[in-house]
Amino acid sequence: MSPGASLESDRPRSGLPTPDPRFAVVVFPGSNCDRDCLHVLRDVLGYRAEFVWHEEEDLAGFDAVVLPGGFSYGDYLRPGAVAATSPVVRAVRRFAEAGGLVVGICNGFQVLLEAGLLPGALVRNRGATFRCEWVHLRVERADTPFTALYAPGEVVRMPIAHGDGRYHAPREVLEEVEQRGQVVFRYVDRDGRTTPEANPNGSLHHIAGLVNREGNVLGLMPHPERCSESVLGGQDGRRLFESMDRWLRERARLTAGRTR
Amino acid sequence: MNKRVRVVVFLKPGVLDAQGQAVQTGLRALGLEASEVRVGKAFELTVPEEGWRERVRDLCERFLTNPLIEDYEISEREEVAAR
Repeated sequence: MSPGASLESDRPRSGLPTPDPRFAVVVFPGSNCDRDCLHVLRDVLGYRAEFVWHEEEDLAGFDAVVLPGGFSYGDYLRPGAVAATSPVVRAVRRFAEAGGLVVGICNGFQVLLEAGLLPGALVRNRGATFRCEWVHLRVERADTPFTALYAPGEVVRMPIAHGDGRYHAPREVLEEVEQRGQVVFRYVDRDGRTTPEANPNGSLHHIAGLVNREGNVLGLMPHPERCSESVLGGQDGRRLFESMDRWLRERARLTAGRTR
Repeated sequence: MNKRVRVVVFLKPGVLDAQGQAVQTGLRALGLEASEVRVGKAFELTVPEEGWRERVRDLCERFLTNPLIEDYEISEREEVAAR
């Protein structure tokens, strides 16, 4: 099943249980949102989720990988640049090529760009200020494995916390990203408009998150794991993980149907 | 023999240099009417002499810089003896 394909199958349901999807949360030296991600996946949503150390070279047995926020390897050189050379990111590349779901959040997004798994770059925020606040995002694509439970064009609220989150790409790369519809989240105001004030860091085209061409790798600067429980002031991030779980279950069902 | 090499990196002209702008603000606060301030970074490394320029360029493209947003210049420093 391709990531863009419909989740609904006209195949008759087998009724047989499929194994629960298994999530990996990668831990780099300097990751600091890894525990939050594991908490949401395991404690809030009840999924199977485990930490994977940055020296791990094999992701066999996992269905999805989360690259969490933080300051991997101290963010020396450029944010995500050193992490992109780590053994686990080589494994993530193979995992993504094989069709696995990969989501990079904040520093994880920076890692995916530095590793070349997503197009473009993230540079110092406009104004050189660290921005830690709630933002509004417009869901541009609700047909990805990460966003199927959102409505197209829906405006959601998520927190950001970063100093290097200004999306930049050379003109030809930016045009291609837009033409292919790879932008998944854009910074907007509460009414869904891309006003200059609604852009917290100066990102080109207000880009807050995007997918690769195949649609199975997502990177975003906002933190869905920090808004997956009402006690934290919002739950709009929760559906991102629930979308992944649903998509993986559907894929497992289809695969099981094919092999019987 | 080894080569001592310096690599200087700047954001490409089209990329907003937020650090440069902040430094410019500071310079102006101190009374210097500076403009077009850019902040870059420099690396110095010692590498085996054979094919050094090609190898350093390759590392610049793959790791030391992000070619999407940065330009770099490689220069030779004084020679140092192999250990």
